[in-house]
Amino acid sequence: MNRSTIISMLLILLGGGFLIFRTSTGRMGQSYARVIQINAEDSLQKQLEDLDDKIAQQTDKQSKASQDIKASRDRLEQRINSVKGQSWETRTLVAPRHRGEENVDFNWPMTIGLWVSAFGMIAILSFLFQDNILYKISEAILIGVSAAYAMVLGFWDGIVGILFVKLTPGIVRETVIPATPLEAEPNWIYLVPLILSGMLLMRLSPTGNWIARWPLAFFIGLTAGFRLVGFLEADFVHQIQATIVPLVVLEADDTINFGATLKNILTVLTVFCVLIYFFFSIEHEGVVGGIAKLGIGFLMITFGAGFGYTVMGRIALIAERMSVLFDDWLWLIDPTAKRLGLF
Amino acid sequence: MFVFFRDLDRRWIFLAMFLAIAIPLLIGIRFPEEPSQMVRNVYQEIDQLEEGADILLAFDFDPASQGELQPMAAAFTRHCALKKHKLYFMTLWPTGVPMIEQNIRILTTEFPEYKYGTDYVNLGYKPGMEVVIQSIVSEGNLQELFTTDNAGTSLKSHPMTEKLGDILKMNLIVNVSAGTPGAKEWVQYAATPFNLNMVAGTTGVGAPALYPYIPKQLRGILGAIKAAAEYEQAMIEKFPDLKENKDAQEGLRRMGPQLVAHLLIIGLIVVGNIIFFVDRRRGTTS
Amino acid sequence: MIVSYFVPPAQSWKDDFAIWFEILAAFAFVLGAGNLLKMHLQKVSSRQAGWGFSVITIVAFLVTLVVGLGKVGVNPNAAFPEYAWSGNKMEPGSSWFWYIFEYVYLPLAATMFALLAFFIASAAFRAFRAKNIEAILLLGTAFIVLIGRTYAGIILTDWLPEPLRFDRLTEFIMDVFNSAGNRAIMIGISLGIVSLSLKILMGVDRSYLGSEE
Repeated sequence: MNRSTIISMLLILLGGGFLIFRTSTGRMGQSYARVIQINAEDSLQKQLEDLDDKIAQQTDKQSKASQDIKASRDRLEQRINSVKGQSWETRTLVAPRHRGEENVDFNWPMTIGLWVSAFGMIAILSFLFQDNILYKISEAILIGVSAAYAMVLGFWDGIVGILFVKLTPGIVRETVIPATPLEAEPNWIYLVPLILSGMLLMRLSPTGNWIARWPLAFFIGLTAGFRLVGFLEADFVHQIQATIVPLVVLEADDTINFGATLKNILTVLTVFCVLIYFFFSIEHEGVVGGIAKLGIGFLMITFGAGFGYTVMGRIALIAERMSVLFDDWLWLIDPTAKRLGLF
Repeated sequence: MFVFFRDLDRRWIFLAMFLAIAIPLLIGIRFPEEPSQMVRNVYQEIDQLEEGADILLAFDFDPASQGELQPMAAAFTRHCALKKHKLYFMTLWPTGVPMIEQNIRILTTEFPEYKYGTDYVNLGYKPGMEVVIQSIVSEGNLQELFTTDNAGTSLKSHPMTEKLGDILKMNLIVNVSAGTPGAKEWVQYAATPFNLNMVAGTTGVGAPALYPYIPKQLRGILGAIKAAAEYEQAMIEKFPDLKENKDAQEGLRRMGPQLVAHLLIIGLIVVGNIIFFVDRRRGTTS
Repeated sequence: MIVSYFVPPAQSWKDDFAIWFEILAAFAFVLGAGNLLKMHLQKVSSRQAGWGFSVITIVAFLVTLVVGLGKVGVNPNAAFPEYAWSGNKMEPGSSWFWYIFEYVYLPLAATMFALLAFFIASAAFRAFRAKNIEAILLLGTAFIVLIGRTYAGIILTDWLPEPLRFDRLTEFIMDVFNSAGNRAIMIGISLGIVSLSLKILMGVDRSYLGSEE
C-alpha cells in the first residue's frame, strides 16, 4: 500500500468512526418537517367567500365586471361538490428546535436527502486529495441531473407555459394550467415557432442538420438585432458620455475640489490610455507607445482588482458549503440557533 | 525547509485553505463591519422609497453562486419587507426558481402579515434569457408572456398583478446576478433605455465589470460577500431588532473565514515569490 | 428588431418575435439535453473509456426527466384541487423533482464550484510571480483589495491617513481605475459586438450556420 492509500484509509476510518458515534447518540443529521393538512373543499370555500366579498363591494350589480364575478362564483360553487372529501398533506422543513411542537415530525425522506447531499459534497471534495471513482460518479450524476433539470423547466415554463397556452388554451386549461384565461382562443400564428422548433430539433438527426439552419438564423438574427441596439446605447454611447467629465471640479465658492478633480483626471486618463492600447491601427511607437504602455499599467490595476474580487468570491462559496456541512449535517455549530435548547 | 516549500505537494495548500475556513467557522469569529459609501448608496435606494413602492426582485443566480449571493438576496428581501414594499420576484435562470423560494420563506416566516398576491408575487422563470426583459418592458406585453405566476395561478386573480402590463411602473429593479443573463442585461435592456432605477448585487467575479454603469445606469452595486455583510450592518443600524435575528447576519458571520482565507492567499503569494526569487538567484530557474 | 425602433407599428412584430424566440429557447433546452444523451449513448455503445460513468449520467438524466415531466409526488394547486396536474413542480417536501434539486443538484453544483477556492490558493502559490512592473502592479492591487475588503484593512492600516487606509484605497481603486479600465474594455467590446451584429444581419458573417464563409 502506498502512502496515499494509507492516508485515505485512515481518513475514511476516522471519519466513519466519528459519524457512527455522533449518529448513535442522536446528535446529527436529522430533519424535521411541519405537516399541514390541506382540505380541498375548505380551500375552494375560502375562494367563494372572497368572491362574495367582491360581489358585496360592487356598486353597480348590473355592470359587466359584476356579472363576470357572479359567473365565476357560480362556477366555483359547482366545483366545490366535485372535490368533497379530497385532502392532502404539505411538508415544510423546519429547524430541529421545533421538535415536539404540534404537527412537527421527524421526516425520513428529508433526513435521507440530507445524508445523500452530505456524502455527495464529500465525494466532490475528495477530488482535492486525488481523483477517484466517488468524485467521478458525483460528477456524472450532476451532469445528468442538470441537463434534465433545464429541460423540465424549459418544458413546463416555456413549451407548456407559453407555446401550448397560445396554441391550445382549452386543453391546457383543462389539464395542467387551469388558470389559463377563459377568453383565450387558439392563436394559430404560434404554429410558426412550433415548426421552427421542430426544425431546430432536426439538429439531432444525422441528416437533418441543414433544416436546423432556418431557426438558427432566426435565433441569431434576433439576438444580433437586440444586441446591436443594447450594446450601442448602454455600453458605447453612455460610456462615452460618462467619460466626458470636467477635469477641474469647482466647489460652490469657486475653490477647486482636489479629490473630485483627481478622480476625474485619472478616470479620463485611464480610459484614454487603455483605448489607445486597444487601438492597433497605428504602431505602438514613440508617444503612442508610451501611452499604450501606460494603458497596460492601468489595465493591470484593473485586473488586479478583478483578481482580488474573484478570490473573495471563491472563498465565499467554500465557506458556505462548509458551514452547511458543519451546521445542518454534523451539528458542530449552531450560528442561527436551529437547535437551541435541544443539544 | 526551502526544499520542502519549493516542492510542496499542493494538497498541503488545500489543507491550509480548509483549516483557514473551518477553524473560524467552528470558533465563530466575527468582525465589526462599516458600510462603505457604495453599500450605503444601494441601501438608500430601497430605504428612501415610500411604503408600498413596487420593486422588481430579479434573482438571476443558481446553487453554484448562492454561497455569495443568497446573503445579499436575503438582505434585499428583508429590507424591502421591513419597508413594506410590494415585491415582484422573477428569474431569467431556470435554477433561479428555488433561489426565489428560499427568499419567499423569509417572508412567510419573519413577516407573517405579508400576503401572497397582495404584497408579493412570484412570477417565476421564463426561458429566452435577455429577450424576456425585452418582452416585459414592452408596454402592456407582460401578461402575453406570464399568464400565471410560478404556482400556476392567474396573474389576473392577484390584486397586485391584476393590471400589471409591464415592468415600467416599477420604482426600482433589484437584481441579484451570477452572470449572463443578469445585471448587465437588465442595465442594457431595461434600466438604460427606460431610465428605470436599478441596483444590483453580484458575485466577486462579476462586480468589477459592472462599475462603469455606476451611477447613471446603475445606482449602486453590492460586490461579493463583503458587501452583503456591510448591507446587513447598515440594516442593523436602522432596524436594531435585527440584532436578535441570527438569520439576518449570514454575511457578517462569513467575514470571519473570509479574512483568514484572504490572509492565507496573500501569504501563499508572498512565500511563492520568495521561493521563486531565491531559486532564480541560485540559478536553478531561468 | 431595429426596424421597430424607427417604425412604431413594427413594435408588435418585435413583441411577437420575442415570444417566438422564448419558445425556441425552451426547445433549445430539449436540443441540449438530446445532444448530451446522444453523446453519452454513443460512448456507451462503443464502450469508450469511462462508459460506465456515461450510464450513470443517462440514468440520472432519465430519472430527473421522468420525475420532473411527470410531476411525481406533486399535490394539486390548492386553488384547483380537482386538477391533479395543476400543482407546483417544485413543491417543497412533496415533489420528487424538488427532492432531486434540493438534495442532489444543489449540493453537488455548489460544492463543484466551491472547489475553485482551493485551486485558486494553489495557483496563488505557484503562478503569481512579481516578474516585472506589470505583474507587480497586478499583485499590488490584488493585495490592497484582498486586505481592504476585510476587517484586516482597518486593523492593519488604521494608523495611516484616511484616504490611504486600505479599505478606502480599495474603494478608490474600484471607483476610479477599475471603473475606467473596465469602461475602456466595455467600449472596445461594444464596438466588436456592434460590428459582428451588423455583419450577421447583412449576411456577411454566416459562420454560425456552420458554413466556411
